[in-house]
Amino acid sequence: MSEQTVMIQNEEDTLLSRFPKVVRKDERKGYEGYVVEANALTDFARTLRDELGYDYLSSVTGVDYLPQGQMEVVYHAYKTTGGPALVFKVQVPRDNPVVPSLVPIYPGADFQEREAWDLLGIKFEGHPNLKRILLWEGFHGHPLRKDWREPYFEAEHKPYKSRFPEGKVFRAEERNPFGKNVDYPAGFDPAQWTPDNTNALIYEGLGRVEKASDDLPTEQIVVNLGPQHPSTHGVFRMVVTLDGETVVDLEPVMGYLHRNHEKIGERNTWLMNMPFTDRLDYLSPMSNNFGYALAVEKLLGVKPPERAEYIRVIMAELTRIQNHIFAIGMFLNDMGAYFTPSLYAIEERELILDVFEAVAGSRMMVNYFRFGGVARDIPEDVMKKIHDLAFERLPRRIDELDRYLTNSEIVRVRGEGVGVLTPEQAIAYSAAGPVLRASGVPYDVRRAEPYSIYDRFDFDVAVRYHGDVYDRYLIRMDEVRQSIRIIQQALQQIPEGPIMSGKPQYQHRVPAGESYGRVEGPKGELGFYVVSTGKGNPWRYHVRAPSFINLTALAEMTKGQKVADTVIILGSIDIVLGETDR
Amino acid sequence: MDGSGILKGLGVTIKRLIATYVDDFKRGKARYRTDEGIAYRSSAEVQGIFTIQYPDEKLPVPEEFRFVPFLVGEEQEDGTLDPRCTACGICTKVCPAQCIWIVRSKDPKTGRPRPKPAEFYIDIDMCMNCGLCAEYCPFDSIKMDHNYELATYDRKADNIFDLQKLLKPVSYYAQIRPENYKREEEARRKAEEAKRKAAEARAKAAAARAAKAKAKAQQAKKE
Amino acid sequence: MSTKPKDEGLNSPQYPIPEDLQGVVTITTLDRIYNWGRRNSLWPMMFGLACCAIEMICTAAARFDFARFGMEVMRASPRQADVMIVAGTVTKKMLPQVVRLYNQMAEPKYVVAMGACASGGGPFKEGYNVVSGIDQYLPVDVYIPGCPPTPQALIYGLMKLQEKVDRQTIKEVYGRRAEMIPIPVLGPDVMDPREYDRIREYTRQKAEQEAAAAAEPEAAQA
Repeated sequence: MSEQTVMIQNEEDTLLSRFPKVVRKDERKGYEGYVVEANALTDFARTLRDELGYDYLSSVTGVDYLPQGQMEVVYHAYKTTGGPALVFKVQVPRDNPVVPSLVPIYPGADFQEREAWDLLGIKFEGHPNLKRILLWEGFHGHPLRKDWREPYFEAEHKPYKSRFPEGKVFRAEERNPFGKNVDYPAGFDPAQWTPDNTNALIYEGLGRVEKASDDLPTEQIVVNLGPQHPSTHGVFRMVVTLDGETVVDLEPVMGYLHRNHEKIGERNTWLMNMPFTDRLDYLSPMSNNFGYALAVEKLLGVKPPERAEYIRVIMAELTRIQNHIFAIGMFLNDMGAYFTPSLYAIEERELILDVFEAVAGSRMMVNYFRFGGVARDIPEDVMKKIHDLAFERLPRRIDELDRYLTNSEIVRVRGEGVGVLTPEQAIAYSAAGPVLRASGVPYDVRRAEPYSIYDRFDFDVAVRYHGDVYDRYLIRMDEVRQSIRIIQQALQQIPEGPIMSGKPQYQHRVPAGESYGRVEGPKGELGFYVVSTGKGNPWRYHVRAPSFINLTALAEMTKGQKVADTVIILGSIDIVLGETDR
Repeated sequence: MDGSGILKGLGVTIKRLIATYVDDFKRGKARYRTDEGIAYRSSAEVQGIFTIQYPDEKLPVPEEFRFVPFLVGEEQEDGTLDPRCTACGICTKVCPAQCIWIVRSKDPKTGRPRPKPAEFYIDIDMCMNCGLCAEYCPFDSIKMDHNYELATYDRKADNIFDLQKLLKPVSYYAQIRPENYKREEEARRKAEEAKRKAAEARAKAAAARAAKAKAKAQQAKKE
Repeated sequence: MSTKPKDEGLNSPQYPIPEDLQGVVTITTLDRIYNWGRRNSLWPMMFGLACCAIEMICTAAARFDFARFGMEVMRASPRQADVMIVAGTVTKKMLPQVVRLYNQMAEPKYVVAMGACASGGGPFKEGYNVVSGIDQYLPVDVYIPGCPPTPQALIYGLMKLQEKVDRQTIKEVYGRRAEMIPIPVLGPDVMDPREYDRIREYTRQKAEQEAAAAAEPEAAQA
């Protein structure tokens, strides 16, 4: 018995003996972890955090088990010192799902619980701010429930029968009485409708400060940034209360790009989800493919051949490089350097995109990974191009970018000491990726729980200790350098051989069970939680989106800063709305 | 904080500015509007101006590039195109956006289904260019096109591609994807060869069996 | 696959210029000079919705550089923009803002639907929060298919828009006042204020049907 198994055994003994009757092991086939009674959840979580060291709550999500008539909330907790997950679940009846909120213990659960409320209708008792997050107040129903149907509903599962052999082309809007994607509940009268009160709720919820002295009377005003604002990197909105120029409180508002990824994903077949994952974090599609492939491969029990593993690593690291330099360019754009740094960054990014285009077929939406391998081998001439990039061009250009920006007084003055997140806060808010590591927590999934073949490479987990905006910029530079190191090693070691294990197939019989596949994406820990019932489609398909969860800490980082700094603080988190809103 | 960082940074930008002129002088006219020029400007060594002067010159797309799907048709003697498609429906089953519709054709006499599509539609406004249809087509019939210049003024009229709009000759396919075409033809030739050999072997075996049976019968007669 | 229209610059093709005066003299019409000015200074709005916005940024960047077409002046304010490039999936939650931005643009204004999502909903069409085509609310001038369209495809679409601008006349463009498009309201689902009566009729029928369906099993039991 290895050390780790002993430790897990000890943990299990502790938990089961500490909470007799209310905690039991999840005995369903293909499932893992513990099932906790709702009333014991808070104590259980506190024990996990304080005594067993599971200080990092990574993912919270709900599953609607319609046939069993229950809702299940699934939690994945980790230790920031590394190691596997501890999964625990709460099962509640479907008609009245009420679960105690874990926000007091793990503040990082905040947005995720709101999302579960919004999409599944699970109430979290004790949540400080349980509002809809991706949709708007007044939306009819909770769409991720299995018995909820959208206006364009055609069939429970894809592939649709109407396409073949008697396919008669139709546009879905032609079948809808309104000619567009809308439906209204029975008996609803639009004249009686009061426009949604989302805004009012947000404005009410914002904090105000009591003035200590009234030497200079200032009024506290509410300002909306976005959703159409050049600094928000897409359709993201921040509502801030300002006292003069100082931010008193901030609330991020999202969902403007909520395109129902998970609902569509549960209708798709397993393979069909692969191209959809590209569109999550559309700046780093290869990482998304990677995470999803890992999650499903865990269930399928297949392992890609050696060459495919190396190709995966090379592609994932190239993705990280292009994402980080793009992020740096855009961050400088926010800072007021206008376009020059981003033009330099995009130039390098274009060269990497050329590689993706030649290998996968598309610049951005690569759809490159398959279960048990990759879609295509890397051609000889592209391999040479990757060589040139990794050994010659990129190191040179990164050094140039470094010379250009790192010591610039403007960057330092704007960045140092701005938007500080302490390590304790970063862990508590479940921040991930560069945001977490810039706060001095050396947590990288590639090292903490190595997947694929990352344990073979020699690289450093980049870490910085100030937790400010400037450090978040620096850590991206560091990570690009480490990624180049990994690619260089991978290029030297990559063997010849097949790139797929088994025959390529488009229908997968995935054994029943659950699985959580996570990778260290450029934005942070990207996780895919999938539940299979043994059919051709996933029963539940959830994405733990780092961009989304990193925003939980945004309010904390911006309080007390100047309003101009909120823009660069947001830029330093590096969000992508496709992933934030899904 | 003496401003040296800013000066150093400005040095980088000035160096890049000068590099554009140096490179323009060094390479002269060959840098623009020639194939080598484009290849150089998209290589890892590129210095200076990076711009591709679309539409006067186009960035060549790699072989694997995919935009919207098209159907491969064998050129007939009378100039028409005969789709390779056998209306098996696999592409409709793998399509993530479910944007493909196929009507199988029927034999006009017997009314039984024939392995040819009568109608074939792809809604370009739903297609996500993922290439799964082309990847899993067992007959090398549906492929991803390289033509990205498809902007229109009226999507309702132009953006549902029917059989006529989708069909393109094999020669076009061979031109845009030479490597793939070669590989597939090779595989097809091999498969046919194997089939022919198997058929020959079967015929031989059958003949041998027949001869044996005959000999046996003759022997039996003799006895 | 040649796409480039013959560049006649300012010259109107129907008036031939003697050879020795070419390059010195231009004979043109008022329409043409007006459109020539407009087509070479179409300012897009700095407004990205989803994946396509990244390709739009790449089009604006060094490699494809739509400054060559006079389009580099991306305006963050709708008041100063001529073209709205709807780059990405329009969701119902975002729809009121998109329509409001369009209303705030000054005439003459153009809308380009970039990518499958903006044109017709794209792969996300079936989603409950997705508008299947921005043309259900705004008049779209050019549709660019692709998911996402590559930068070159986007430039091709913008050139199509320029061709469209070329074909317009001063009479139809100058001084035109745009009709305000009523801003959709977020109710249980997104609602077009012009359709309230239809919605009421639909929900009334639906309620009746549900009541009938509920009554039926009871009747069967009885």
